[in-house]
Amino acid sequence: MSALSSSDRSRRSVLRAAAGLAALGPLAACGGNTGREGGGSGKNLVQYFHAYGEAGTEQAIKRYAKAYDGANVSTQWITGSNFESKLFSALLTKNAPDVFEFHPQIQMVKSGQVAPLDDIIDPVKDDFNPADIASHTIDGKVWGVRMIDDPQFLYYRPSLLEKAGIEPPGTLDELVEAAAKLTTGKVKGLFLGNTITPVMNPLIWATGADTLTDSNEIAYHTDEVAAGLGKLRTMFKAGHLLLDAPADWWDPSALTQGLVAMQWCGMWAMPVIQKALGDDIGIIPFPVAAEGGKPAVTNGGWSMFVNAKAKDVDLAKEYVKWLWIDQKKYQEDWALSYGFHIPPRTSLAASATKLKSGLPAEGVKLFTDYGHFDNPAWTQAMIVALEGVVADSVRKGGDPEAALDKADATVGRELKKLFG
Amino acid sequence: MPTTTSARDAAKAHVAAGATRAGRRPGVRGSTLSFWLFTGPFLTGLAVFVYIPIGWSAYLSFFEARFTVTPSTFVGFDNYTYMLTNDRFTDSLVTFTVFAAFIVPVTWALSLGLALMVDRLRFMRAFFRSVFFLPTAVSFVAASLIWKMSVFSGVRFGLANTFLGWFGVENIAWLADPDPPWYWLVIVSVRLWLQAGFYMILFLAALQNIPPELYEAAAIDGAKPGWQTFRHITLPQLRATSTAVVLLLLVAAYQAFDEFFNLLSKTTWGRPPLVELYYTALGENQDYGAGSAGAVILTVLICGVTLVQGRFMGFGRNEDSR
Repeated sequence: MSALSSSDRSRRSVLRAAAGLAALGPLAACGGNTGREGGGSGKNLVQYFHAYGEAGTEQAIKRYAKAYDGANVSTQWITGSNFESKLFSALLTKNAPDVFEFHPQIQMVKSGQVAPLDDIIDPVKDDFNPADIASHTIDGKVWGVRMIDDPQFLYYRPSLLEKAGIEPPGTLDELVEAAAKLTTGKVKGLFLGNTITPVMNPLIWATGADTLTDSNEIAYHTDEVAAGLGKLRTMFKAGHLLLDAPADWWDPSALTQGLVAMQWCGMWAMPVIQKALGDDIGIIPFPVAAEGGKPAVTNGGWSMFVNAKAKDVDLAKEYVKWLWIDQKKYQEDWALSYGFHIPPRTSLAASATKLKSGLPAEGVKLFTDYGHFDNPAWTQAMIVALEGVVADSVRKGGDPEAALDKADATVGRELKKLFG
Repeated sequence: MPTTTSARDAAKAHVAAGATRAGRRPGVRGSTLSFWLFTGPFLTGLAVFVYIPIGWSAYLSFFEARFTVTPSTFVGFDNYTYMLTNDRFTDSLVTFTVFAAFIVPVTWALSLGLALMVDRLRFMRAFFRSVFFLPTAVSFVAASLIWKMSVFSGVRFGLANTFLGWFGVENIAWLADPDPPWYWLVIVSVRLWLQAGFYMILFLAALQNIPPELYEAAAIDGAKPGWQTFRHITLPQLRATSTAVVLLLLVAAYQAFDEFFNLLSKTTWGRPPLVELYYTALGENQDYGAGSAGAVILTVLICGVTLVQGRFMGFGRNEDSR
């Protein structure tokens, strides 16, 4: 006992100190940098961005914000893979961002979370890619300003394909075969992301189906999609896919470190890949997955939205207009100086010389020829439901039909809530 | 630990009682004021951060509350029906049970083993005690990321795969492929590494509290050192601590979230109830009604289990438990 008591005492003082610190925590938080105090014109805005992987992006966004005279804009750069959850929960609180980037999704409009932006977009509407305007139009109003378009496709290493004696795959069956032939002791054939979910939509489109019909009914549940999932499972089980990579699919590391011969990634990674691999890189769309299907490319991207419950909605709109409609220099810098993105403004896209030749030009061609834009009726909950399908059928090896049935229940519930 | 604490408390209470009887009696009003002065801030905190949210959650569970926490559409027990017929929620209860069945006995045995070993050390005891205790200070999130990206990464240069590669074993996708369920190894090992040291300290304290006379008497009575002494002296003397450790481990397992959330992404398996509810209520779905219904169901379950456990393990009963 006596031997213990001295260490006992010090332990207790440690505990007391810890309790004291814990009690101080909330106070410290009060005094913390909330971005609300001082500076500029005395008006303040908070903007949310997910963490872009390319070097210099965070500094760029902060630099643009600083150049704005109308308000003091502070940036939350959200790291981690769950930007959606963080954004969605923040939007319910008093500390919600005034402006934020996201994808057009109808539930944000239905629940009154975003403000319509017609008045700032209308004057330049004709200068935007019509598909981008269409994907942001719900109930006749435009709800977001597109900043960048990000096509996603398959990168491949021509040298490795040549060594294996194969051509770039044109069908899903050929892709399965290629993945097998390209897998050697040290290199895996193909990387479709650690969760395989990034290719769920391209697979649906490449069979000729779609996520939803024009009248917002389930369209993804077809025999061809189920068969396609089975083929993904074949590659998964055979060990031809790279799995559990430290950097996921949006990062080109797997390709540049020589871990794989082919990788699903985005146009944003092109500068880094070209720098690392030089000419030894090619791109193809997701190959045809069923008879009558077409190759598919995901036209992702990010748009700016204004929180409808922001303290000063007009100020927030003013800022979005200033940066993402008026400041073409910054828009060009944002789209082309870090990763490669296609500017949604036709005038900017026309003058983007970096995208006019070589591999970037091929990327733009895939975007135009095979790209599928966001469908605002396809909400986050539905996206998650199909991620469950991939988990159950491709990773767990369950029956694709059963997995799709399960997703139907969730998606059906969503559709009923949104459209009645 | 509990033995010492409660013995000390009892002694203190005894002294205090004596002092009150003999010395001056503080006024009733004074003691009421001090009571509120001391407990007031704590009770306010408890009400604001615990009871109001629980009540609010119970209220939300009867409403259609999507993308809002101030709902207006009353739906009765719809959310409850949805959660109870939702495979994922019921699966999560199974996941939790499997997890607890692994982690509780394994941590118990490992921390007891470590405590026994450290207790026998004649030199550098403080060093080893600290070494085993240190991981407790690491955050679950940081440890999970290290486990995921370097120890159990699926590429050929991951630590585990490099090691297995020396024996000619193919690279294993520890987390992506649920068949065989290697992800349990990753989850259990990270939690074991993080928490075994803490419980080791509890056992160590209890071990040092066993009167040496007991061992001497046993030796005189012919008990062999080693297993026999351990089985009949050490283990029974540790009963109170063991019970507390098992209970704390169960509570910790109930609260498991970080490592599951960070290690397993976009799965339909390996989700304990808290993770499942996070995805329902706070994740992409933002369905606070269904999420709250799940939380209420979980609360009822936890209350039930705790009561049953209290009956069987006698925790909370006073002196007769030891």
